[in-house]
Amino acid sequence: MSAAEKTVKEIQNQVVEEFSFFDEWDEKYAYLIELGKKLEILDPSHKTEEKKIKGCQSQVWLNSYLKDDKIYYQADSDAVIVKGLVSLLVRVFSGHPPAEVAQADIDFIDEIGLKQHLSPTRSNGLVSMLKQMKLDAVAFQALLQSKQ
Amino acid sequence: MSGTKIKGLDLTTIREEFPVLDQQVNGKPLVYFDNAATTQKPKAVIDSLVSYYSSYNANIHRGIHTLAEKATAAFESTREAIRAFINASSTEEIIFTKGTTESINLVAATWGKENIHKGDEIIVSGLEHHSNMVPWQILAAEKGAIVKIIPVNANGELILSDLNNLITDKTKIIALNHVSNALGTINPIAEVIKIAHSKNVKVLIDGAQAVSHLDIDVQKLDADFYAFSGHKMYGPTGIGILYGKKALLEEMPPYQGGGEMIKEVTYASCSFNELPYKFEAGTPNIADAIALKASVDFINKFGKQAIREVENQLLEYATQKLSAIPGLTIKGTAKEKVSVISFVIEGIHHQDLGILLDQEGIAIRTGHHCTQPLMGHFGIPGTARASFAVYNTFEEIDRLEAGIKKAVKMLK
Repeated sequence: MSAAEKTVKEIQNQVVEEFSFFDEWDEKYAYLIELGKKLEILDPSHKTEEKKIKGCQSQVWLNSYLKDDKIYYQADSDAVIVKGLVSLLVRVFSGHPPAEVAQADIDFIDEIGLKQHLSPTRSNGLVSMLKQMKLDAVAFQALLQSKQ
Repeated sequence: MSGTKIKGLDLTTIREEFPVLDQQVNGKPLVYFDNAATTQKPKAVIDSLVSYYSSYNANIHRGIHTLAEKATAAFESTREAIRAFINASSTEEIIFTKGTTESINLVAATWGKENIHKGDEIIVSGLEHHSNMVPWQILAAEKGAIVKIIPVNANGELILSDLNNLITDKTKIIALNHVSNALGTINPIAEVIKIAHSKNVKVLIDGAQAVSHLDIDVQKLDADFYAFSGHKMYGPTGIGILYGKKALLEEMPPYQGGGEMIKEVTYASCSFNELPYKFEAGTPNIADAIALKASVDFINKFGKQAIREVENQLLEYATQKLSAIPGLTIKGTAKEKVSVISFVIEGIHHQDLGILLDQEGIAIRTGHHCTQPLMGHFGIPGTARASFAVYNTFEEIDRLEAGIKKAVKMLK
């Protein structure tokens, strides 16, 4: 990794800083909604049952791929706040070596006061998506190791 | 509505009986509109739990000491209170379970085991909660039986004219809810039972959503089985009831084996205890069963008619307010319904709405309400649902209306 590239931890810190500007909950959520709406459109060919992560309330589609030995994610959700959160996870995790993603601690969601969205309930697909992102990173890490 | 009186019911006083309501959520006074999922508990119910554990905690039925006798008497007095509450003919017909779901599973596992055979038919309604569908699907898969569905119309009412065609010589049981949890529809169960019995078909009623709102007389209804939960009638969680006609219960094999349900056990065999104990293996949920009596007393103190009057006014007010919100459609507009409003807003996901309302301190339920087939029927993934109880107020509905409008503005 070149010095110019940020680590997963550094990007998390950046997100936390961005959210620290909001005093009111509605500003924070308005920003999340905006991020959700701006999330890069997931190619319909990836919106398959196989790539769908089911939650009780909302669904998430996740696609991941390897490019130049780095992992990249693309995602979508039918609920816009979840989509905003998804966009943050995509931003934090994309473009890093799979090994780094596989080992990364995710604490920024908690720090920006949105922890309830990652509570271990069945209500949304976000927790399952996070798990899947990590699993994909582990799989790509194994793939890279086998090539060496 | 606070301060108003309906037929001698002082609603401010009622609210004060529910300590949980007096709190802030996300910095706003709590508005609790998730009563169809579980109701809050009055002080009397909470006190009853505390009293049991702090003064006479003991195992019941077998002890000869004073605490055991006191606990047994309290436990059995709930059974009697429940018998009277639904007008069963005997306490032998009142089985304690852990909830509606267990009550239904008990019938599927025992009555179903004896009476459902290959090729037999089980009819459920299209309005059922998964709890009154999955146990029958499991039973049908085991036995090679068939599950048929009573269809639902666009208003969320059962199409009863189809029932006569659905029932065949192979039909053994109809399982349907008294009130739909997702839409609030009150089903014409007396009529269904009449039709079913004329064709020698048994009927199980899932009364989970009905007990806190409607008067229930199992004898008048002639229901074969009636299942409900304590926690949806201002009582504790983890305690439920299965009512069954004595003759049917007597014929049924036991549900689980163990203590309490036996009469005599040798190394070679055992004989089963009498009703209702035959179905109550192991140490029951003593504390919650005892506290359930306090919730029955709470409801009886006001009477369901007065409670319904309050809830109907809330429903009417909320229906009027919410219908006026652009893009909002109420799902489930049955002529007969309880105080439940299920709705969708064009272009807005129910989860987003639920999250933003929670930020305003307003608790509603969003999702498919464990009725995925019904949501499929409406072609939607889920709804937002506000359900009212006797302690809710008009002001709270105003806050819901304002909260929805704010959320819509943020999301659009």
